[in-house]
Amino acid sequence: MSVQNKTSIIQTTNLHKNFDDFTAVDQLNIEVKTGEIYGFLGPNGAGKTTTIKMLTTLLNPTSGTATLTGYDIKKQRHNVRTHIGVVFQEPALDSELTGKENLDFHGRMYNLDRKTRQQRIQEVLKLVDLTTKEDVLVKNYSGGMKRRLEIARGLMHKPTILFLDEPTLGLDSQTRQAIWAYIKKLNKDHKTTIFLTTHYMDEADHLCDRISIIDQGKILVTDTPTQLKNNVGDDVISLQSTHQDAFKRLLEQQEWVNQIKTTDEKTLNLGVQSGEEKIPLVFSLAIQNSITIKTITLHRPTLDDVFIHYTGRTMRQSKENPLKAQMIRTRRYRR
Amino acid sequence: MKEFIQPAAIYVMWLREIKRFIRAKSRLISTIIQPFFFLAILGSGIRTISFPGSTLQGNYLDFLAPGIITMSILFSSMFAGVSILWDKQFGFLQEVLVAPVSRLSIIIGRTLGGASTALVQGFIILGASFILGVNFSSIPGIVLAILLMFFISCSSVGLGLIFASRMQDFQGFQLFMNLIMLPLLMLSGAFFPVTTETPLYYVAIFNPVFYMVDGLRATLIGTQYATNPLSLDIAIIIALFTLFMLLGSYLFSKSEA
Repeated sequence: MSVQNKTSIIQTTNLHKNFDDFTAVDQLNIEVKTGEIYGFLGPNGAGKTTTIKMLTTLLNPTSGTATLTGYDIKKQRHNVRTHIGVVFQEPALDSELTGKENLDFHGRMYNLDRKTRQQRIQEVLKLVDLTTKEDVLVKNYSGGMKRRLEIARGLMHKPTILFLDEPTLGLDSQTRQAIWAYIKKLNKDHKTTIFLTTHYMDEADHLCDRISIIDQGKILVTDTPTQLKNNVGDDVISLQSTHQDAFKRLLEQQEWVNQIKTTDEKTLNLGVQSGEEKIPLVFSLAIQNSITIKTITLHRPTLDDVFIHYTGRTMRQSKENPLKAQMIRTRRYRR
Repeated sequence: MKEFIQPAAIYVMWLREIKRFIRAKSRLISTIIQPFFFLAILGSGIRTISFPGSTLQGNYLDFLAPGIITMSILFSSMFAGVSILWDKQFGFLQEVLVAPVSRLSIIIGRTLGGASTALVQGFIILGASFILGVNFSSIPGIVLAILLMFFISCSSVGLGLIFASRMQDFQGFQLFMNLIMLPLLMLSGAFFPVTTETPLYYVAIFNPVFYMVDGLRATLIGTQYATNPLSLDIAIIIALFTLFMLLGSYLFSKSEA
């Protein structure tokens, strides 16, 4: 990783956190670039929230430090705090206040004057589609409404960096889509740098410019979602046709086919790069040779595959059955 | 460092306490009803007092009222201080701590908010005492008493903050209230006099609540009902205020969300 980069906005130096004997974050060195959406992907308990809490000055690191927009998280906390917005994993709203009052509280804490406050409150409420609910007590909000209100609040003071800790945890797919759209829009329109954590693969894939996979407090790999998936292996095109053997021989001669396997009697599996560009080639080859394709599917490696590739287990295993995950890993090492 | 005290932040912390106080009607009612019952039932049940070992004679209601006011202020402001635990549990504390606001401003706003709500309750008991026929000393006496009430409630919020910074939930607080606060109140002279002749006096001199009750009694009703010189009561009340505020702010500033 390049240490000196003019456009880096977050930079950690051996950031480390112990809770008693347990190491939550282990000598972390990451770099987030200005204007990007950067994702922290990992199972529960991987150290994602602890990292966010340290970066947002809520937890003191055991050792090491970090700078945000050039300010040190240990020594220049006040400056760090003025530049960041945070949407916490657990709701951090006052349920005895209305939505609008929560936003007003926030505006005053960030020293916005009355006019700016009123204007920003209306802007962000409109953005998250809560204008009609502004005078309802937050305790009467649904889970999705609370989350949206929190995101609205995180945006109110126009932070340079927005931290989102599991922004769509437990939300229905409609709300998730809407929130993803807000995040993208914010990043595009306001050039807000976004640091998000998630354990949803599709979320990381959809949103992030770059992803770090974190497990047991350590970064395993950092790259773009596409590159991560390419590292894992080829796309696989599975097809059935009228003349399987003939078609197989033809395909073997194509230089873009890296691998051919027949899983069962009827299906051909082709290992290729950029599968979506190769499907038309497969078709034109079939048509030229009067072969009819009956079925065709493209399987691209998902971030799930990436995660398994780097950690030797699935997210689910690591979360629900640490012992089994441990065994799988041991087995991998023996091999 | 120039941003150490931020009036806007102090104001909004205070405002939030007031709004929550007004909306939590059941809490408001219960904290007023309980001392009111003490005052009305105990005060009208026992008309006159003559305690063994005490030369004090007179109307028990007059004697009791300052004790009940102290109790009411102590409990409600300590609750206000400790209620920061709710914010911790519900995550709202993070929102406060991540804002570019000094910890001192947060503490001041919170304390003023808690003290204001406790004082409102104190005033209601004061008004109730007046209606029940308590003989107050004088207007300057009452003004001085209100000032003392302010210091008492601030130190009590401070004590609540100290507890909140050490605890994770409310169980410990309940235990503290029942095992420590109740005996302290019983031995403070709130319900019966502690005079220099009784052995109880030697316990009471180590009890901070003793000076609070005594100070309020001297200012509200008259120095003839009080055990200590008023100057001593005032000095100790202000000393406690300083101690608990400093310690509370220090521990709060160290706590992590």
